[in-house]
Amino acid sequence: MISSMENTMALNAESENHFFMPTVAKITNIEQLTALEKLFTLQLPKGVSLDHRPGQFVEVSLLGTGEAPISISSSPSRSNGNFELCVRKVGDVTQAIHKLRTGDKLGVRGPFGHGFPYEKFRGKDILFAPGGLGLAPLRSLINQVLDERALYDRVIILYGARNPSELLFKDELEKWSRREDIELMVTVDRGDDTWKGHTGVITTLFRDVSVNPRNTIAITCGPPVMYKFVLMELQGKGILEGNIYLSLERKMKCGIGKCGHCQINNVYACQSGPVFSYRDIKGLEEAL
Amino acid sequence: MSLAIIYKQDVPAFVRNVLRFYRVGGPVETNGHFAFNTIRDPGELRLDYPTTILPPKKFLLPARETLFEFDNAQEFQIKSPRPEPRTVVFGVHTCDLHAIQLLDHVFGTGHTDQNYNNRRRQTLIVSIECLSPCDENSFCKSMGTLTADEGYDLHLTDIGDAYAIDVGTDAGHNLLEYASVRTATPTDMQRLNAVLSEKWPRFPYRLDFDVSDLPSLLNMSMQSPLWNELGERCLACASCTNVCPTCFCFDVNDEIGFDMKHGQRTRVWDSCQLDAFATVAGGHNFRKSRALRQRHRFMRKGKYILETHHLLGCVGCGRCARACLVDITPVKVFNELFHQKEVGGQP
Repeated sequence: MISSMENTMALNAESENHFFMPTVAKITNIEQLTALEKLFTLQLPKGVSLDHRPGQFVEVSLLGTGEAPISISSSPSRSNGNFELCVRKVGDVTQAIHKLRTGDKLGVRGPFGHGFPYEKFRGKDILFAPGGLGLAPLRSLINQVLDERALYDRVIILYGARNPSELLFKDELEKWSRREDIELMVTVDRGDDTWKGHTGVITTLFRDVSVNPRNTIAITCGPPVMYKFVLMELQGKGILEGNIYLSLERKMKCGIGKCGHCQINNVYACQSGPVFSYRDIKGLEEAL
Repeated sequence: MSLAIIYKQDVPAFVRNVLRFYRVGGPVETNGHFAFNTIRDPGELRLDYPTTILPPKKFLLPARETLFEFDNAQEFQIKSPRPEPRTVVFGVHTCDLHAIQLLDHVFGTGHTDQNYNNRRRQTLIVSIECLSPCDENSFCKSMGTLTADEGYDLHLTDIGDAYAIDVGTDAGHNLLEYASVRTATPTDMQRLNAVLSEKWPRFPYRLDFDVSDLPSLLNMSMQSPLWNELGERCLACASCTNVCPTCFCFDVNDEIGFDMKHGQRTRVWDSCQLDAFATVAGGHNFRKSRALRQRHRFMRKGKYILETHHLLGCVGCGRCARACLVDITPVKVFNELFHQKEVGGQP
């Protein structure tokens, strides 16, 4: 059964009288990651911490434009009073956000939903399988794990993007690739003249990885079409359903299980998710 | 609580007194139909109405409401929300009372919705017992909503030349200070009992099975071919959800003036029947077909909402059946699913 534990909402404590009222954050840094994605560093007023867990999301908004759900890309271990959002320019709100500059204000509500129960992952091998923009939410957990690296066994990252220009967090990928305690493999569906790495969809990376099935936690996030194939690979390696975690995209509008847009059968993804174990959602027909 | 009697000729004076202190809503006649509307004159109130196109939900969850206003969008200068007017809604039928109880649970538990709750706290409900079916589309008796024992501040039952008033809350008791009432006598009680026992056989059971079996029936019907049939007929017009007293899904939109400074964030009713409902910004629709959206609607009404809020999401008012242009009705859908199971057909 999916846990109905209430999510935490640090920001809402101060605006308890009005749920939909955003807290105003300030943009302290903007980094262009790709043609479509920017990484925004945000700071909350009065040094308030977002107090999030890896895998949670926030609703960001511009008054007059609207709200959009965005996963938190930074790990709590590096919060320092700030948090990071990787925003793809894809809808009205995100297009407007992309026009903002350092020092501008952004409305924030949240954090919402469940994050990853990473305390339970300690002592295990962790296999991350992000596809495309799926690296944005998983980066919050990857960096959490790396900041307490000694508590985990192997760390395997299998990352797939459509082409080299769409790879996110290239600087970090470069750093991860040089570390001996991370097994990183990157693939692109279609290479270009500069690409010397692996070519093929993300599932082609699984051939070259062996895991201890009983000791591995697998975590995946990517476009909807990807899950079925990645799950086949993970289950094919004998990884248990309860040890496979997925972060699912849905149209979270309110964040509090009322508005209905994010429902997966009877489950509100904004409350019970967006992180689910495969065991918890395999019976939900609308999940994958 | 106690039982009071108000003569019908004294109702207009009661409403007129209430109008001095409250916004008053209730059923009024418009263009040959009835609608819940704000009332300015007691003569407009029609307690004898059969049903309305839209439920009284709009007094608690308006089709469009301002969540907050802002003066300077860029600087996030947000104004405090305006206070809600004190409101008395007259003439709420018991199906709609059950629906309001569901809304109260949805918005009043878990992460509570202050906009709804502020309005709800300012609203008194004067409901009325139905003594005959409003039309052939309602199926309140099957859904267990033919009467209600809570959820009202005052509850009226027509006993001829007067209404018997059951006082449900202290606020209802206080409201009666504006009315000319007397305490019920044993004769009044007899008339009330007679009226209530005579009403029961007038209402037909329209589901072919007991409603307690509805969740498990739906549970077994996820793969029913009926959903595809409905999907082929459905026009995705969202009339069913727009007229539903229990539908509470909403969208949040921003509006801004030409000065790009002043504006508001609004909440509007939304519908799971619309193509855009589960579509994310990148364009992926997580409930693509009308068949899946109709299935979702009926699963919510008879199963999902019950699982989350312990109350059925359908109160049998029949509004969606009246509004549907292609004759998709809960009674036919639920009975069809039941008979598919009964004859051992395709689950």
